[in-house]
Amino acid sequence: MTHIDVRSALQSSVDGDFSDLVTRRTGAAVRTLIEHQLEGLAAGTVAFLDFTHIGILDRSCADEFVAKLMLPLTTEHPTRDGYVVIHGITEEHLETIEAVLETHGLALVVQFAAADARLVGAVSEEERRCWELVMRHGSAPAEAVAAEIGMPCERCQQMLEGLARRRLLKRKANHFYPLGHAA
Amino acid sequence: MTAVITVPAYLDEQSFEQVLEQLAPLPADAKILVDARHTRFATPFGLTGLLCLAQSRAEKPDFAPPDEVNVQSYWQRSAFFRYAEELYTMRGTVIKPGRNRDNDTILEVTPIARSEDVHTVVEHVKDRATHILTTKLKLETRATMGFAMSLSEACQNVVEHAGRGGWVAVQAYDWAKRRVGRHVVVISVADAGQGFRKSLEGTRARAIAGDRWNDAEALESALTQGHSRHPEPGRGQGLKGIKGYVHRHEGRLAIRSGTARVAIVPSWDPEPPREESLSPFAGAQLQIVIPERVSAP
Repeated sequence: MTHIDVRSALQSSVDGDFSDLVTRRTGAAVRTLIEHQLEGLAAGTVAFLDFTHIGILDRSCADEFVAKLMLPLTTEHPTRDGYVVIHGITEEHLETIEAVLETHGLALVVQFAAADARLVGAVSEEERRCWELVMRHGSAPAEAVAAEIGMPCERCQQMLEGLARRRLLKRKANHFYPLGHAA
Repeated sequence: MTAVITVPAYLDEQSFEQVLEQLAPLPADAKILVDARHTRFATPFGLTGLLCLAQSRAEKPDFAPPDEVNVQSYWQRSAFFRYAEELYTMRGTVIKPGRNRDNDTILEVTPIARSEDVHTVVEHVKDRATHILTTKLKLETRATMGFAMSLSEACQNVVEHAGRGGWVAVQAYDWAKRRVGRHVVVISVADAGQGFRKSLEGTRARAIAGDRWNDAEALESALTQGHSRHPEPGRGQGLKGIKGYVHRHEGRLAIRSGTARVAIVPSWDPEPPREESLSPFAGAQLQIVIPERVSAP
């Protein structure tokens, strides 16, 4: 697990002491910098992007930064084996991030202050229920989740695999784990 | 021979059309004098529009500033003359800039050409806007975030699409006696660049419109259908975000480009949502009006 301060990344990316993530150009610059940081991490590492000291986040910047950071991780053949969790965001940040994620069919894990993690973006209700069950149990095989939800095991397995492929859960052997848990 | 363009006494989004009507028959290299001597009032749209007008001319135009000292003083405090003196040849005395600033000016006329300018605008506005938005417009503090986001997105459109620099200005007004009947904040972002039609020329929106393609179609495709010059998914987020904010606060969003204006029109606004066959003007001029919140009955 590693912590990345987004404000520091912003300050290293643009001239001037700004706290706002605005403009596509800034979003691309911050993303590039953070991508370099992620490349240096061990495979499977969960990176916590800390938005605590960020003021305004506009949609164009969020699209260029957050959505495009996630896109290469969630393809059939991802360029890197890594995970991203966002924390320190406000309700306004959340609204903006959710809007851009939905545009791309992406989702992200957002960690709130009170140890409350939430799945945001393009996820179905069933996917959310599966994910929340894994979060509650700390780790679970597909059979256990399927039994608790009342879903056919094969379908539940596919759903959990899909969530793992989208970097919203970790998978080891036949168990699924929340991000941030040692798998 | 110099053609005289008379600026109306009250210069806003609607009356700016009178300026453009006078300009329409003249070739771009015609020598003009923009006569604002009898102008008594100008909104951000009027002031930024006059700067765009100068930018759109092949020959540097002349400018006769307002006769009334307090009008000049306001234009000076709004930083209009700081840029007008570069773009126009002044015909008449302009008072020196003072140190006072207008309490209701959230953002003086400010140039936008680079991404960094948008950062500066947002940084500058968010502190000054909070007080006015919460006290006069009675919006929640969090609405300031959305306001700054909308402003940022509007300014970015200039940087990304106009092909040349533009202008932004933000002002609060008490429009108690006007159509909306309450306090408002008016944002104007204007440029004299390539405009929506040219910007969207190579897009799917253009192909779909076929023979119907004109300034109004280009504006509609961007504003209501979310088309962007860039084909990749996720583009067009800016106007979408602005629309969402304007809608949530029962505001008005209007974009004029070329010979058309397309608007998101709230119930308090009698203006039509789409106007065509206006006098031609370079670039794009966007205006957002956010009114004071009215408590539910």
